[in-house]
Amino acid sequence: MTSFLKSREALLALAILVLLGVIASRFPAFVEPASLANVFNDTAPLMILALGQMVVILTKCIDLSVAANLALSGMVAALLNGMGVPLPLILLTVLALGAALGAVNGLLVWKVGIPSIVVTLGTMTIFRGVIFLMTDGAWVNAHQMSDAFKSLPRHVILGLPVMAWVAVVVITIFTVFLTRTPLGRSFYAVGGNPHAAVYTGLDVGRTQAIAFVISGILAALTGYLWVARYAVAYVDIAGGFELDVVAACVIGGIAIAGGAGTVGGAVLGALFLGVIKNALPVVGISPFWQLAISGSAIIIAVAFNARQGRKAGRIILKSAEAGA
Amino acid sequence: MTMTEPKSIGRVIPDRLTSPLSRALRSWEALLFAVAVAVFIANSFASPYFLNAWNLSDATFNFTEKAMIAFAMAMLIIAGEIDLSVASIIALASTVMGLVMTAGYGTPEIVLAGLATGLACGALNGFFVARLGLPSIVVTIGTMSLFRGVSYIVLGDQAFTGYPKDFAYFGQGYVWWVFSFELVLFAVLALVFYILLHRTNFGRAVYAIGNNPTAALFSGIRVDRVRFILFLLTGLMSGIAAVCLTSRLGSTRPSIATGMELEAVTMVVLGGVNILGGSGRILGVVLAAIIMGLVTFGFGLLNVPGIVMSIFLGLLLIGTIALPRLAKGLRRG
Amino acid sequence: MTVAPLSAPQPVLRLSGISKSFPGVRALSDVELELHAGEVTALIGENGAGKSTIVKVLTGIYQPDAGVIEVAGQATTFPTADTAARAGVTAIHQETVLFDELTVAENIFLGHAPRTRFGLIDWAAMEAQSRDLLARIGATLNPRAVLRDLGIASKHLVAIARALSIDARVVIMDEPTAALSHKEIHELYDLVERLKAEGKAILFISHKFDEIFQIADRYTVFRDGQFIGAGRMEDVTEGQLVQMMVGRSVDHIFPARAHNIGAPVLTVSGYSHPTEFADIGFTLHKGEILGFYGLVGAGRSEVMQSLFGITAPSKGACRIGERVVAIRSTAQAIDEGIVYVPEDRGRQGAVKGLPIFQNISLPSLGRMNTSGFLNMAREFKLARDYTQRLDLRAASLDQDVGLLSGGNQQKVVIAKWLATKPRVIILDEPTKGIDIGSKAAVHEFMAELAAEGLAVIMVSSEIPEILGMSDRVIVMREGRIAAELTGPDMTPERLVRAAAGIPEAA
Repeated sequence: MTSFLKSREALLALAILVLLGVIASRFPAFVEPASLANVFNDTAPLMILALGQMVVILTKCIDLSVAANLALSGMVAALLNGMGVPLPLILLTVLALGAALGAVNGLLVWKVGIPSIVVTLGTMTIFRGVIFLMTDGAWVNAHQMSDAFKSLPRHVILGLPVMAWVAVVVITIFTVFLTRTPLGRSFYAVGGNPHAAVYTGLDVGRTQAIAFVISGILAALTGYLWVARYAVAYVDIAGGFELDVVAACVIGGIAIAGGAGTVGGAVLGALFLGVIKNALPVVGISPFWQLAISGSAIIIAVAFNARQGRKAGRIILKSAEAGA
Repeated sequence: MTMTEPKSIGRVIPDRLTSPLSRALRSWEALLFAVAVAVFIANSFASPYFLNAWNLSDATFNFTEKAMIAFAMAMLIIAGEIDLSVASIIALASTVMGLVMTAGYGTPEIVLAGLATGLACGALNGFFVARLGLPSIVVTIGTMSLFRGVSYIVLGDQAFTGYPKDFAYFGQGYVWWVFSFELVLFAVLALVFYILLHRTNFGRAVYAIGNNPTAALFSGIRVDRVRFILFLLTGLMSGIAAVCLTSRLGSTRPSIATGMELEAVTMVVLGGVNILGGSGRILGVVLAAIIMGLVTFGFGLLNVPGIVMSIFLGLLLIGTIALPRLAKGLRRG
Repeated sequence: MTVAPLSAPQPVLRLSGISKSFPGVRALSDVELELHAGEVTALIGENGAGKSTIVKVLTGIYQPDAGVIEVAGQATTFPTADTAARAGVTAIHQETVLFDELTVAENIFLGHAPRTRFGLIDWAAMEAQSRDLLARIGATLNPRAVLRDLGIASKHLVAIARALSIDARVVIMDEPTAALSHKEIHELYDLVERLKAEGKAILFISHKFDEIFQIADRYTVFRDGQFIGAGRMEDVTEGQLVQMMVGRSVDHIFPARAHNIGAPVLTVSGYSHPTEFADIGFTLHKGEILGFYGLVGAGRSEVMQSLFGITAPSKGACRIGERVVAIRSTAQAIDEGIVYVPEDRGRQGAVKGLPIFQNISLPSLGRMNTSGFLNMAREFKLARDYTQRLDLRAASLDQDVGLLSGGNQQKVVIAKWLATKPRVIILDEPTKGIDIGSKAAVHEFMAELAAEGLAVIMVSSEIPEILGMSDRVIVMREGRIAAELTGPDMTPERLVRAAAGIPEAA
């Protein structure tokens, strides 16, 4: 129990509750269920992407191409829709595309041995460039999308839109996947101690590549949801969103050095940013504050992580041992 | 391991086995130089407007500001760190310059404000990384949002315009004939950084830290101080770039220089600096800057859109690192 | 699976004709190794003899270039670590093969965790089974404890529980006692007995002869990647084993020493640290070699690193000559003439990636180039002078230090410190992991330095080295000075007793 209270997730949940409490004291409307559901729905893309990013970070890598993958997959979804392809087929194609884009990153990291930051820095510009090549910079607007395509994420079931339900399903799957399956645990092992992972029969590079594929699939899923929800697709959608995703992970306590982090942490990290983003206009602070606030949150979070993770010096003295 | 020792060699060990010249010819820089020449020739065939002194001079604006940052970034990356906040430092420095200008001060104060902001931002990054021991990639992703976020808070969707006439010199002025102030500054800074990295004790400390920070500390190097100075230096160079860019554009928007950090990192990596630290040379970064500038300019002359250019750079970045590794893999069978 | 006839004790695992080369190095050539059920086979050899390579072949990390691996008489291959594990071969290394962020239970069962009927990992069953396995080896660890919070001895228990969990037939123990206390070592011996009783074949790699004679049933000796000999322990003497190991007679002769002990150079009093050491006091003289003996983890390196400015002491004073100095950084220590050759050569000593000459000049740059600008000619001269003195073997001074053998890397590290012209040189396990030839060279060199008037502190866990080289020995135990021995008191028995806290025999 005490270990749970001391845990990062509990602290973050507390921070979010305090934040909500402070806002509620002046603007009670913000904490009404419908409003909170809206915040959750609005944060769904960030939560989904943060889970993909988390898997990559667990394996000691980073995926800066998620937002570009999102934009490219979203655009392909919109274009396929324009050609009259049925929605299920669109979804399948786009998820396969996302997996393929993730595999490109993964193979470059695994087979060629290029550091992931360099690979994804390169692919993020390439993916966006490809959108431009496909469209010549043209937008796909709401009137060019079918109603079925646009309405799916907004369709409300049991009080929550489908987009929010997708996030719930992804969170559930990831909780089980990361705690209860051998593959899920192997991400922790590979990032926590790559050397030992080899002795356990794990292929470090292959596991990293799988992480990139997972991140790619989730980026593509979010790509469709994003394009359909905002009913527009163009080269620059979700520009810079990869940093929000990394920020959500860092705030959620996912160790950038790999091997440590939980689904709950990543989700709460995303929700923290989501609450701030949605609360700013309500409390009358200019949305231009958002960037600086999330930047500060990242720095505070990483400073906090480091304090927790710092190993105490060696304890040799008997007297010190008793006190420790 | 005793069998790996070259037993035949006596007590006098030669200084070097390969001459500096043969080494230079087989270096990454030699390859970059060949690429630069090839791009130059290709451009001159592709467009009749290319081989014109004034057009070429214009082309240099494509890389001078980024290269200034890349020099400092190169040292930082060699030392095993990274600063992703450089473009945001430019935004903040430019914003502060705008505020100083609006307050009625003249060009000297504006420039000083820009440089001081750069230094202050660098000091903040350095404090978090060198003093508190936080990982630089996360810290600077944070300050990247923070610095630009402050610019957004100050400016929102507004812009500062109306900089003094003489302020325009830094980004638009010419020292002599076709040689712009920025180009001359680029050349001078290239020389300064060359000397700093390759000809001073400080530069050697940077390499030692990049290869093995613990052993560097155990060799009496003040590792944290060197790291702090490198962040300070990167901040200062971002401040200088902010002065040039603001002067060239004549205005400040909070979105100024967006994405420039990635271009600077690309330039550094293309220049042959190991992203994991420990090796790399300033000459490579200079050549990479020129190549990137020439390619951008050539594509511009051919009316190829900027985003296609960025695909090319992305491929170049991955390709330049992948090809030598793949070739090595093939040779090993 | 064939069952071996009882009459002919067939080895559980047999390697024959195994060769393995790396670019420029022939790590193993035509070696053989047999492991028998219920027996401990000691693998003996100097560093670089090929022990770690054979372990990697056995565990599927390396593929041999030639040779046959037989499990219970059947030829097989281990193309991956996984196949080796499935064939029942498991390795217990020093802490490196476990996962600090995961729990005890998961470390035991990673890769073969019990599943629920939906195919998911069954944490409850995993924890219950972990508890059983730990109980089987007499350990009372909480399966839910996170590994990072455990000591090294407990981590070993986890590793052994893991070996039991995969029902290993072959257990490789690679220097398992290196970081254990006296008591923990004995617990480990008990465990080995238990594993033997369960019929496991154990490969025991150790540098400690007393240990080998205590627990091994058989031995195999490698030298320079070649198989030298094998047999039963009862048929061999320590001297014969050592002879096989080094290929020459090894009454290792320590250099003759002139004992010209001069004025005090370094006086330490009341040095303390909150957790690492307390009340350390001693005086070091010009021309003296002061030995620091103790078990691994007794706090010797911590004291030395504090004197070198890495960690600040919480109390105590340090005088150099007559001057009181508070050393707060390595740079300051070097300025004061105190230098430190660290134990962890790869991490703290050599800057791999930089050439030899730049390694040697590194701590001298500030003094050599007061203007702050480099002077290559001066650097090369410095490197030439000191590498010649130490008889370094390298292709050129421009060669990457990382490409040198351990002994030659150590020479570079020592050269870099001598180039600063120190008054006090602290050598922390100066001959650990280097070949016999380099070892003798380092010893001779230490004697020379002392004769020239340098004050030398030598931290060592090797009794012959301590006794052969030191003028005086300080023994540390649990962060404190346990004894100071000089002259006739310097006997192996007194050293061991003081280090282990056993009272003197009446």
